[in-house]
Amino acid sequence: MKRMTYREAVRSALREALQNDPRVFIMGEDVGRYGGYYAVTHGLLEEFGPERVRDTPLSEAAYVGAGIGAAVNGMRPIVEVTTINFSLLALDQILNSAATIRYMSGGQINIPLVVRMATGAGRQLAAQHSHSLEGWYAHIPGISVLTPATVADGRGLLLAALNEPDPVFIFEHATLYPLEGEVDEDAGPAKIGEATVRRTGNHVTLVTYGGSLGKTMEAAGQLADEGIEAEVIDLRSLRPLDTATILASVEKTHRAVVVDEAWRTGSFAAEVGAQIMEGGFDLLDWPVQRVCSAEVPMPYAKHMEDAALPQASTIVQVVKEMFQ
Amino acid sequence: MTTEHASLRRPERDHALALLGEMLRIRRFEDKAAELYQAGKIRGFLHLYDGEEAVAVGAMQSIAADDSIVSTYREHGHALVRGLPLDCLMAEMYGKANGCSRGRGGSMHFFDASRRFYGGHGIVGSGLPFAVGLAMADKLRDEKHVTACLFGDGAVAEGIFHESLNLAALWKLPVLFLCENNLYAMGTGIERALSETDIALKARSYAIPAEAVDGMDVLAVEASARRAADAVRQGKGPVFLEARTYRFRGHSMADPQLYRGKEEVAEWMKRDPITNFEERLRDWGFLSDSDVRDMEGSISAEIDAAVAFAEAGPWEPVEDLTRYVTSR
Repeated sequence: MKRMTYREAVRSALREALQNDPRVFIMGEDVGRYGGYYAVTHGLLEEFGPERVRDTPLSEAAYVGAGIGAAVNGMRPIVEVTTINFSLLALDQILNSAATIRYMSGGQINIPLVVRMATGAGRQLAAQHSHSLEGWYAHIPGISVLTPATVADGRGLLLAALNEPDPVFIFEHATLYPLEGEVDEDAGPAKIGEATVRRTGNHVTLVTYGGSLGKTMEAAGQLADEGIEAEVIDLRSLRPLDTATILASVEKTHRAVVVDEAWRTGSFAAEVGAQIMEGGFDLLDWPVQRVCSAEVPMPYAKHMEDAALPQASTIVQVVKEMFQ
Repeated sequence: MTTEHASLRRPERDHALALLGEMLRIRRFEDKAAELYQAGKIRGFLHLYDGEEAVAVGAMQSIAADDSIVSTYREHGHALVRGLPLDCLMAEMYGKANGCSRGRGGSMHFFDASRRFYGGHGIVGSGLPFAVGLAMADKLRDEKHVTACLFGDGAVAEGIFHESLNLAALWKLPVLFLCENNLYAMGTGIERALSETDIALKARSYAIPAEAVDGMDVLAVEASARRAADAVRQGKGPVFLEARTYRFRGHSMADPQLYRGKEEVAEWMKRDPITNFEERLRDWGFLSDSDVRDMEGSISAEIDAAVAFAEAGPWEPVEDLTRYVTSR
């Protein structure tokens, strides 16, 4: 086991991929000379050169589209889109091409493309750099949507993505990059489509992913102090979604809360709630609850941003109300 | 227009007849498609290529089997010249399992990976970055292929056109950008859509060598495209060709054509790339009435066989509805 940051864990997977597979190259804004906006790709340009660690102009649609073309033509591109709000500029390429061409061509064409981007709030970046739109991407058939929440998954899920024959989108919550954790560098790829129980408990199931895992674990700790044993499920993959692991937990706890940093209306949290209702209505002793962000564009001021986001205290409060 | 006088040079007779035959084959295919659309056999959007045949036929002469092609939703002509089997294209428009995209694409989305024919893209301009990526992979492997990227004048107003030209030029990628300028983005005339209507000039502003060619003259297109493809193969970066052409039919079968006058269409039809070329071949003594009869006869037989192939083709079983969404 080796101690490293989330940022280093992602980098170690990138380096390993570049070393082991000549088809792999990285491209995105400032991934090379600048070292990556979040310093994930720091040092890779020096090690692998400008063709394999390629700086792009500010052209999200064009370089995501070029990633699609290069993937079709035998390469294994890893495209970094700096932040999720910018990815909207490439949404046409993602939905109308990456997710569609395999089907539309009757299965003739595979697109083994990996796209990474930062998501989420918590750094006072206001309303154009802070949103959690991964749930939108999870709406799209034809792609996988991964949300590594731990240091080990930062590495393991990226390695897994590189084994996929179809497009994989990885959403890294930007507050996770400095997080430290233990990584087994011999562990190899994680399994896509498998949720993990991060804490076991019998009283309530807390379903979450990505940047909300930390707050949810914190809430579970506080609840334990009050005698409520929460089970915490880290989804890890929004598409495919591991409904079986969620339902197995709800079968035990009979109560579920979904914690998701995205807006509530039309959210992925709503999807998880619907899955529980469809597959486990009879198991429930209480309506499924959601803890989501306030329905506002993310504000800048710290106290306002904190108020807009799910917090451990909110989760605790919502859970306690379920036991009154 | 910078069309050179290559079109005045006489080609070999066999080659000239082959060019005529390919253009005629596209025209008759489209005639049949229109007829089958009226008969309800083909549904969805159907965008026909009549009037633009010289572009596909001229341009494809210099595109080799290991080169790649990215096209648009008006791609029947491109696909036919590329060698996609005509019967599979017909079956695709019928929505049958023996269609080139197994009935999942229809008229707008012909694909054939084995012939490196990469669609059939229905979002205007979205094929350009795809082509940039295909070319990028070739260049990274140091393979001297060309990616031919076809699109219309409508794409020129899209942001992705500019981003893609910039990337291709910046990274010196082997793309042959081929703009089929038929003067209309659906119903919006080019002068109502572009502040600068000289499209080749726009490409030059990205430091891409560019020229315009008479898209109604198959020999002129062939000569320009050959020069362009040769230059791309040199590895110095992309080349841009604007073929000035015209579509004789509406944008799609649903188009009442309120935006242009019958006189304008009639004027352009005088420049029909097929009849004019036929006349030249006759002047040169290359073509007799019986040659034309033979050509029409074999095309007609091929199309009849394709209709039979499509009619007899199986429907994809509904149980396979979700097949091909992902590989797993």
